[in-house]
This record gives sequence, C-alpha cells and structure tokens, in this order.
Amino acid sequence: MSTLLENHEGPLPTRAGQVFPGQRAVFGGLDLHQAFTHSDWLEVYLYGISGKRLSQAQLNVLQSMWVYTSYPDARLWCNRIGALTGSTRGTGAQALAAGIVASEAGLYGFGPETAIADFLVRAMEASRNGADLDALVRAELARHRHLMGFGRPVAAAFVDERIPVTLAKLEHEGIAAGPYVKLAFDIEAALARVTGKRLPMTYATMLVAVPLDFGLTARQSYLYLLPSFVAGMLPCYVEALERPAGATFAMRCERIAYDGVAARDWT
Amino acid sequence: MSDHFGDVFNTRIWQEQAEPDNPFAAALCRCHGYDVYGQLIVKAGYLEYLYLLLKGDRPDAASAAVLNILAVALANPGPRDPSVHAAMAAGATGSPAASVLMAAISAGAGSAGGAREVMLALQTWTDCGTDLAAWKARIAAPAETRPLYWPQIEHVPGFDPHGVRCATPVLQLLDALRVALPNGNTAWLASNRVALEQAAGIPLAQNGVIAAAFADLGLTADEAEMLTLLWRLPGAAVHALEQKQRGYRQFPFFELALENDPGEVQA
Repeated sequence: MSTLLENHEGPLPTRAGQVFPGQRAVFGGLDLHQAFTHSDWLEVYLYGISGKRLSQAQLNVLQSMWVYTSYPDARLWCNRIGALTGSTRGTGAQALAAGIVASEAGLYGFGPETAIADFLVRAMEASRNGADLDALVRAELARHRHLMGFGRPVAAAFVDERIPVTLAKLEHEGIAAGPYVKLAFDIEAALARVTGKRLPMTYATMLVAVPLDFGLTARQSYLYLLPSFVAGMLPCYVEALERPAGATFAMRCERIAYDGVAARDWT
Repeated sequence: MSDHFGDVFNTRIWQEQAEPDNPFAAALCRCHGYDVYGQLIVKAGYLEYLYLLLKGDRPDAASAAVLNILAVALANPGPRDPSVHAAMAAGATGSPAASVLMAAISAGAGSAGGAREVMLALQTWTDCGTDLAAWKARIAAPAETRPLYWPQIEHVPGFDPHGVRCATPVLQLLDALRVALPNGNTAWLASNRVALEQAAGIPLAQNGVIAAAFADLGLTADEAEMLTLLWRLPGAAVHALEQKQRGYRQFPFFELALENDPGEVQA
C-alpha cells in the first residue's frame, strides 16, 4: 500500500491560491483584487514566489534590471528561437515559451545565474565564518574548472555594460550596495589574483546578487529571473513576421559544412 | 562583439547538395553518408534510421530489436502520467498541437519519473557499471546534480519512490529486455534487482530498466534523455487529441482545499 499517495488523494491542499469565479480570487492568502489593487505586476510576481512584499524602491531596481538585459538582438540564442518561430509563422506563445526555456542555458542565462547564486550563498556563509576568499575561489575552480558569472562568452575582457547602470539605479533608488553585491566585487578581485587573468563579473552575477541582497533565496532569485529576457525576444519574433516567410536567417545549402563520412549505399 | 563566430553549420550528420537552379533547395540529402530520399525512405526502417541519426551507423539486428521494445514501452505512459496529463490539459481546452507536446515535454522532463531520471540513472551505469558495491555506495551517497535550476532529486534515480514492490509491467519489460540483452547491464540488473532494491529502500522503476537498456545500446546519458523525451510523445499526442474531441467538461477540474482563505473582503 502506497500510504503517501493515498494521503494525497482528494482535494489538493494549497496555500498558493484559488479563483472563486464571479466572486473573487485569493493569491497567497490575500484577496488579489483588494490587496494588490494598485500593485505593479512585479510585486505580485515576487510575492507569489517568495511570500515577500518588497519596497517600491527594490521593485524599481529589480524591474530595471530586466530592462537593462532586454536585448532585441536576433542573433542571441534565445531570441533567435523567437525569430525563427516568427519566420515559420508560429505563434507568439510558442516563440516566448521556447525562448524562455532555452534561456536555461549552460553558456548564458539561468545556468550561470543559478551557479553563481549558489556560490555567492556558500561564499557568504564561509567568509562570515572567517574563510579566505582566495582559497574559496581556488577550491571552486578546482571543483568546477571555471567560475560561472565571471568572464563573458562574448567580449570577455570588457566590463558588462549592464552593471554600471544597475549600480546607478541602486543609487538613484537610495539603496546602498548590499553584502552580496560587495561580495561579488570581492570575488572578481580574488579571481584576478588567483588566475592572473582579468575576468570581469558578468551581469549574471549582478542579476542574482541584488535579489539575494533583497532577501530572496537562491531559488527565488532564479524564479525572479525567468521573464528577464522576454522583452528582447518578442521584437525579434514580430520583425520576423514582417519579413517574408522563411526569410529570417536564410541559409543556402552550402552553408552546411559537412565533415562526416563519405557517401555510401544502404544495401 | 569582438569574438569571432563562424557563419556555417558544422555537422558530421547531414550533407546537402543544392538544386542547380536554387541554392536554397536541396537536391540531395545525405545522412551519415546515406542518400535519404534516394535510398533510405524505401530501404530503412524508422528505428534503423533513428539509430543512424543518433549513432552514425546502422543498428545490428539485436540492437534494432531492443530499440523496438523500448520505443513501444515508452510510447504511452498512460493518462495518469504527469506528462500525458499535462498534454491532455492543453488538448482538452483547445490549445494548439505544439502546446500539447510542449506541455508533455515540460511535465515529462524532470527527475521524478521524467526523462532526467533516465539520464541520471544512465550516469549511474556509466559510473558504477555492474559493480554492486559501487552501486550501493552511490545509493548511500548520491552524486551532486547540476545545473542547479533543476530541483535536487529526492530518490535514487531509476527506482520508484512510491512503489511497494516492483510493478508487474516493470518486471515484464525487464524480462523482455533481459532476453534481448543477455550479457549486459540489463541482465545484471535482472540478477541483482532485489539487492539493489534493498539498498535503495524502494523498488525498481521503469526508468531504471530503460536506462540499463540504453546503456547496453551504448547511448550516452544525454542521448538517453533525448530519446526518452521523444518516445513518450505519441501517447501524450493521442490522449490530448481524444480529450480535445471529448471537450473540457469531461476532463477533471479537481477540488482544492485552500488553507489560507482570507474570506470575502468588503471593498
């Protein structure tokens, strides 16, 4: 007898919420239309994933951080999926959903972001217990060969253009750089000392350091990030719709560079 | 961007020759050297072609027989399976076909019964082979799973956290594959199932059998994950089509037990 599943049959216990059609909707224990009447969408979104209601200044920063990484460059891999979906006359939802899930990449997006969030949390705890940051970085490099969130896949040696504007936004909102943002810069310096290379912090690190400073966990920070690229995706989809069908990233046959086995017969 | 990127697709899988009057239309397509439209469409079986695509060569007769068993076993997990349930939720409400299959892939991707579990189980085969002591050590101290956007696995991959004993279809599949694969991981699994179940504290699941057979076929963990996702789609598709015909009123809407209802609030 599978007791656990038997105990979970029947009505689904929930604290997420429920709609009462024609009457009201409950969102995380609050009446959606009363408690959030004048709220930004982002406030509701963050409350839904964390149970926290952030200050307006914090919300402004987090929303701006999405703005700063809204790059409608159709070459970027997640955006390219949106563009190709438009080119083949697929739907906007297909473009957006596939673009978001593709952003769970190893090279960019949610892969590096979750990795660096995990390291920041561990490094913060270790440094508060007196650990040496250079030793922590050395150990992380030995474990994973490289440190996600430092050194960009393109333009690796340059300061990520999104970081100065984020720091300015924090200042504009009257929010001092928190311990995780400071730790990120300390890790950048430690990485340079340990490797002898200049590997500037990428925006991935800033994208998780700020929500961590605002009290979100690493997992909540990941969930905060999920819509971060979508404003850049849809212009690529829309523009592809405006081109002739199939004309976005048109590829002639000779642009397939084959390096496999020679022609053979299936006998 | 300062880094240099190429402008061709490099591939050892696919070769094209353009039509003489249209550089964007292929006159000849070769897959791993074989002429797809000149030969394969009339000479190759579907699973042979699939194996060719994946591994670059034709399967031998024994491997083809195993592929057939696996493809049939995976084709329809049944409507209670979360991936099929998700597909039906899209189908019953009239979502496009792509939404149906994207829903099935999403709810069938994870480590609790989904394709990622097959991938993780296959990693165990790669790491532990047919060494019972190594298996017991891995079960006692699971490997860390990355990337970190995946929730951590909560049970031994390939085993059923809700099972009370090895389910009949699992035993039937294991038996059929043991006959087809008498000398590899699958046969060893059949011989050592009870010992492994005792170490895991839970019974063997279908995903554990699938992973053993994929390992016997020489598939990598990534290849096994991909094939599992692909081969589960037919069931999701047909159940969704059926629910589309029946309509949402015949589809369960379930009942919630809201634990934090603030009640009706007076405006």
